[in-house]
Amino acid sequence: MTSIVEIRDLRKTYAGGFEALKGITLSIDEGEILALLGPNGAGKTTLISTICGITNVGSGTITVGGFDAVRDYRQARNLIGLVPQEINLEPFTKVIDTVRFSRGLFGKPRDDAYVEKVLRQLSLWDKRNARSMELSGGMKRRVLIAKALVHEPRILFLDEPTAGVDVELRKDMWDIVSDLKKQGVTIILTTHYIEEAEAIADRVGVVNKGELLLVEDKTALMARFGQKHLQIDLQDAVAVIPETLAAHELDLSEDGQSLHYCYDTRGERTGITQLLTDISAAGLVLRDIRTEESSLEEIFVSLVQEDAA
Amino acid sequence: MNWAAISAIYVTEMHRFFRTLAQSFISPVISTSLYFVVFGAAIGSRIQEVEGVSYGAFIVPGLVMLSVITQAISNASFGIYFPKFLGTTYELLSAPLSFLEIVVGYVGAAATKALFIGVVILLTASLFVDLQIQHPLAMVAFLVLTCISFALMGFIIGIWAGNFEQLQLVPLLIITPLIFLGGSFYSISMLPPIWQTITLFNPVVYLISGFRWAFFGLADVPIGMSLLAIAGFTGLCLAAIWWIFRTGWRIRS
Repeated sequence: MTSIVEIRDLRKTYAGGFEALKGITLSIDEGEILALLGPNGAGKTTLISTICGITNVGSGTITVGGFDAVRDYRQARNLIGLVPQEINLEPFTKVIDTVRFSRGLFGKPRDDAYVEKVLRQLSLWDKRNARSMELSGGMKRRVLIAKALVHEPRILFLDEPTAGVDVELRKDMWDIVSDLKKQGVTIILTTHYIEEAEAIADRVGVVNKGELLLVEDKTALMARFGQKHLQIDLQDAVAVIPETLAAHELDLSEDGQSLHYCYDTRGERTGITQLLTDISAAGLVLRDIRTEESSLEEIFVSLVQEDAA
Repeated sequence: MNWAAISAIYVTEMHRFFRTLAQSFISPVISTSLYFVVFGAAIGSRIQEVEGVSYGAFIVPGLVMLSVITQAISNASFGIYFPKFLGTTYELLSAPLSFLEIVVGYVGAAATKALFIGVVILLTASLFVDLQIQHPLAMVAFLVLTCISFALMGFIIGIWAGNFEQLQLVPLLIITPLIFLGGSFYSISMLPPIWQTITLFNPVVYLISGFRWAFFGLADVPIGMSLLAIAGFTGLCLAAIWWIFRTGWRIRS
């Protein structure tokens, strides 16, 4: 895959001395959905703002579609659409006017057919003559997306697209994102909802304290850090774990009804076969077996804690 | 130049103006009429003539300047402060726009509105007094330059202002007194000598004097000085704006 955004050793220190970005290097592939995950204040928004030209670059380079984001800012920004975190809309302006305005800002000639297409895609066509202040929060967010898409960008930045949005709308947003991906738009979104990254991203980048801790394929990441839990429910409760099973480092539940076994999917041997053989030899009768994968959330927490240590 | 962007900003700003057209139109007509009632009729009946011009006609250039300057400043400062307040400047900053294009769009719209108000006041005034314009070209040039330069100043105020109070502060505390003391309603030759000298430090004096010269051929200061003053002021505002955008002061962190 070819990369569409290249960031090299990007640093940014705010006037107050706060170092928001500490040398970020990142390559974003064309057509992917990259989720930047991190706690509040990690530097996610600063990273996006710097790529989009809202904050000045401290040092380092950003190229977008081969264009330097500072020197060739016009060409670079033409490729980018930005949906900010806050809902910032002029309250008295009609939906269709504010969307047209955005297209004009990017130097594109007026194209009512395209504006209609974007508004229909986001289910905003019926609301085109409504003023922003008359819209619900979810609709306003759609307007922001329409504004970001109306100049036909190849890259879309979504800063916390589902912050403070109810479950239904969040699913809605995910559908919109996956539709855009089908159209070939590269999408970079920031989030602190791990389930969001898990649900829609191709790759996940973890940002903490201005550093990019890792960027990895989502499934590879899950597998790499993937600890699995095996829960074995017994037919009859036991008081203690039989001596012959001591080597497997099992935990017994309080009621004595189930055994817990933790294993690493990265390991060459998971030890499950031996465990089950030994359980059978110990004369225990199984009622049920369940496995559970560790979520991205647990991976994330362990990464951030490692980083803090 | 990204002309499509300039026109997008300009059209959007003008749209706001036309949305409140009645308000934009009626308020200068009423205030001008009030000035004529108070200054023209009440005071004018005692002053009669200033340097051969009826007092009613004499105050017209000052009245136009008073409104044009305040309108240019308030339109331009509000025009850029409002997006700042709402947080919609992100769109301007992330668009493929040069700072010059942003300024041309916003300042152009603010200057147009001020010009519109100026013309409305002139028309209203012509209902009250017999107006003669000796140098129409110079009159238009002064009017347009004043609209542009004070819109530039308003733009700077809008960028600088951190809240709505600050937005009102400069016009209220500095601009309005300068206009009122700048010979809007009197010739500075009517002042005691010491005040005549002090008044010469007021930049607005040069504008009003030049503008009045375009109407009646009368001036408090030489017309060349007036031109120099407005050119210098415009240059100063442009330099300040250039610096603001180069450093991203109060607009880009």
